[in-house]
Amino acid sequence: MLLQKKMIAGHFDRLANTAKTGEKAVYTFVPGNLNELIWAFDLLPVHPEINALQSAMRKQSGDYVLEAEKAGHSEDVCTYVKSDIGMMRKGNIGPTGQRLPEPSLLLLSYTGCFTFMKWFELLKQEYNCPVVMLHVPYQADGRITPEMRKYVVKQLKEVVIPKLEEISGKKYDEDKLRAMLASSARSEDDLVAVWDAAKQKPSPIDAYFGGVYYIGPIFTAFRGTKECESYYRTLRAEVEQRAKQGLGPVTPDGKVHQEKYRLVVEGPPNWTSFREFWEMFYAEGAVCVSSTYTRVGGLYEQGFRHDPEHPLESLADYCMGCYTNRNLPSRVDLIAKQIEDFQADGFVVNSIKSCNSFSAGQLLMMKEIEKRTGRAGGFIESDLVDPRYFSAANIKNRLESYFQMLEARS
Amino acid sequence: MTDPTTEIVEQCRVLYEDLSFTAVKQWKERTGGRAVGFMPVYAPRELIHAAGMLPVGIMGGGENLEIIKGDAYFQSYICHIPRSTIELGVTGRLDCLDGMLFPAICDVIRNLSGMWQMLFKDKLVRYLDFPQEFTAGIGGAFYRHELEGLLQQLSALSKVTVTPERLRQSIALYNENRRVIAKLYDTRAKTPEKVPTYELYLVMRASNVLPVEEHTALVERYLAAAAKRDRKPLDNARVVVTGAFCEQPPIALIRALEASGCYVVDDDWVLGARYLLGDVKLGDDPLTELANAYLGDTVETASRYEPRRKKGAFLIDSVKKYGAEGVVFCAPSFCDPALLERPMLVEALNKAGVPHTSFNYAENTSQYHVFKEQTGTFADSIKLWGAA
Ligand code: SF4
Ligand code: SF4
Repeated sequence: MLLQKKMIAGHFDRLANTAKTGEKAVYTFVPGNLNELIWAFDLLPVHPEINALQSAMRKQSGDYVLEAEKAGHSEDVCTYVKSDIGMMRKGNIGPTGQRLPEPSLLLLSYTGCFTFMKWFELLKQEYNCPVVMLHVPYQADGRITPEMRKYVVKQLKEVVIPKLEEISGKKYDEDKLRAMLASSARSEDDLVAVWDAAKQKPSPIDAYFGGVYYIGPIFTAFRGTKECESYYRTLRAEVEQRAKQGLGPVTPDGKVHQEKYRLVVEGPPNWTSFREFWEMFYAEGAVCVSSTYTRVGGLYEQGFRHDPEHPLESLADYCMGCYTNRNLPSRVDLIAKQIEDFQADGFVVNSIKSCNSFSAGQLLMMKEIEKRTGRAGGFIESDLVDPRYFSAANIKNRLESYFQMLEARS
Repeated sequence: MTDPTTEIVEQCRVLYEDLSFTAVKQWKERTGGRAVGFMPVYAPRELIHAAGMLPVGIMGGGENLEIIKGDAYFQSYICHIPRSTIELGVTGRLDCLDGMLFPAICDVIRNLSGMWQMLFKDKLVRYLDFPQEFTAGIGGAFYRHELEGLLQQLSALSKVTVTPERLRQSIALYNENRRVIAKLYDTRAKTPEKVPTYELYLVMRASNVLPVEEHTALVERYLAAAAKRDRKPLDNARVVVTGAFCEQPPIALIRALEASGCYVVDDDWVLGARYLLGDVKLGDDPLTELANAYLGDTVETASRYEPRRKKGAFLIDSVKKYGAEGVVFCAPSFCDPALLERPMLVEALNKAGVPHTSFNYAENTSQYHVFKEQTGTFADSIKLWGAA
């Protein structure tokens, strides 16, 4: 955790100093991001979703959302967007209290969510900077066809890379990219080992609440870097050690989490009351042994690795392989498989008001998973960064009844 | 004298209200053909037609469908159209459709395609991934391939081999239909007193269920009948209505808007029938021509990325072209594309000095007086001050 904090602080320092160093920032989205490619041009990636969730954890997103609504944004739309716009309007102070640089480029990797497009169209108006679109086709039939891959690779070659060359003033260096992809693959191996550890009983990790810390570096600005590799090596060693000792996950208050129920969770967490939310699980002995949110930036356990031998093709496959870029039947298959593989007692759907990409269709998914696995699903609703939609009492009640039901079934 | 349009409008109203899709069933019985549904905004109906089938536009259940099962499929914060569409599906009202197409316009319709795959396993279910990259060699090549795949699936369903000539014939029919619709819109803008918007809307909705040839003839008949009307223009405010490209407003809401003192001179309802602005060329490779038409000459709408022009340019063009005095933003609640688009359009209108007002609805809204009051005040302020 300390290592991750250091990495983040270092990155935000660098971002805060761009006026002096002349480095340029590229804003881009988390799912299907082209981190290695951005770094290969010595550009600095910024992920607005991460800023929004960090603002929520620091209890600032509520004000930001209101600021955006005051400026004419609808109550009904994704609050990540509104938190970002509000943050920008209030001076663009990032999670470490330092000012973020304006983007030199908005790299719109259009993966798994339509709102991304609107989001960067809005930012384009605010910053008046160039946008480059990478349209990533959806896995509507649960697979990636050669034409889909070709389409993405062509965009990379003919649209995205030339734009990055123009912005950075540097030539595309494929060897540099390959080296970073090889490094990514090593981190990815270690992350899969971390997820796998949760198959053990008791699980040494919480793969949802704890899991969001585990995906931090690899899904954001650090994948492909040496620090990232070393973070995952250390994490894996720690987790494997805990597994050997038969220990459960550590809770935010430092105690070991006793395992009573093993759960799979579908949907992003709430960030405004993250600790309180987590506590509702660990206080009842519920351990999340796997989750889908931790797959929004890639499903490595199914074998995907960034591949230095086929750099652009593997970037294309990465973009298309993210969880929310998969059709509903594939999402059902994945959750059902996680329930089996991780020997879960049940699954919980945290339905997020903001996020149609995740939420539309979850109720049918739930029915189908229950039918397929015979395990009961629990359903709660909250939001990502809008504190108005986190009703602690309501969620707690629902979870308690759900746990009682699991208890009665066991 | 009886109103010359009454009969035509009545025919369209019956089609609009018929949630059992009798016209589709009758067409199938008459021709022995199959029918394929498509969701908003746009689908290449030419392919369905060329495969010998009837394209059927599905725009939810509207204000007359009681939702009994559909609500169990969607959380309260998701727009209304997917739940009414599911309601139509699970109650068997869409059994007459042999397939369903889901265009890539938002995450809700996208995920609805997966729900359809799970619920209706014996039907053709196809998601249409439209490129957001608009050069011929990249987005065009991808889209042409998508169209080719779709055509193969449609051909397999209808067992009709689609030759290029056959497809060209279908394209020609749809070109004709788009031309007559453009004329309908122009006529309304010129003489809104003769072409009330609720009538135009019903005529447009008929395009969802009628074979294209019949619809073209219907629009022509309607135009001829409306021209015979002897009506004086009222001192109404001329407005463009925008934001309702997917879930449609209830008819009563459209009527309330007009009754409040507005002449609607452009809108984005039933947009699929007007999505392509010019004729699709009848070249050697009709699939490439359809792809080219998609890449180049279309409306601008929230689900389509627009790299070339400034946001709002299309709306401002429409304001100018049709001589509008204001814009009414009228979008479904919880519609991310429309509602995220709105502040950008508002900014563009502010810069251009075009007055505007906004409200949200659901397809089954039954309270109109608030909207009516709001648009009435808006219309008055335009008339009085020339700005809202
Ligand atoms: S809709 Fe969901 S995936 Fe899209 S930006 Fe919002 S939270 Fe992210
Ligand atoms: S109304 Fe809007 S959000 Fe709902 S399905 Fe249509 S485009 Fe999507």
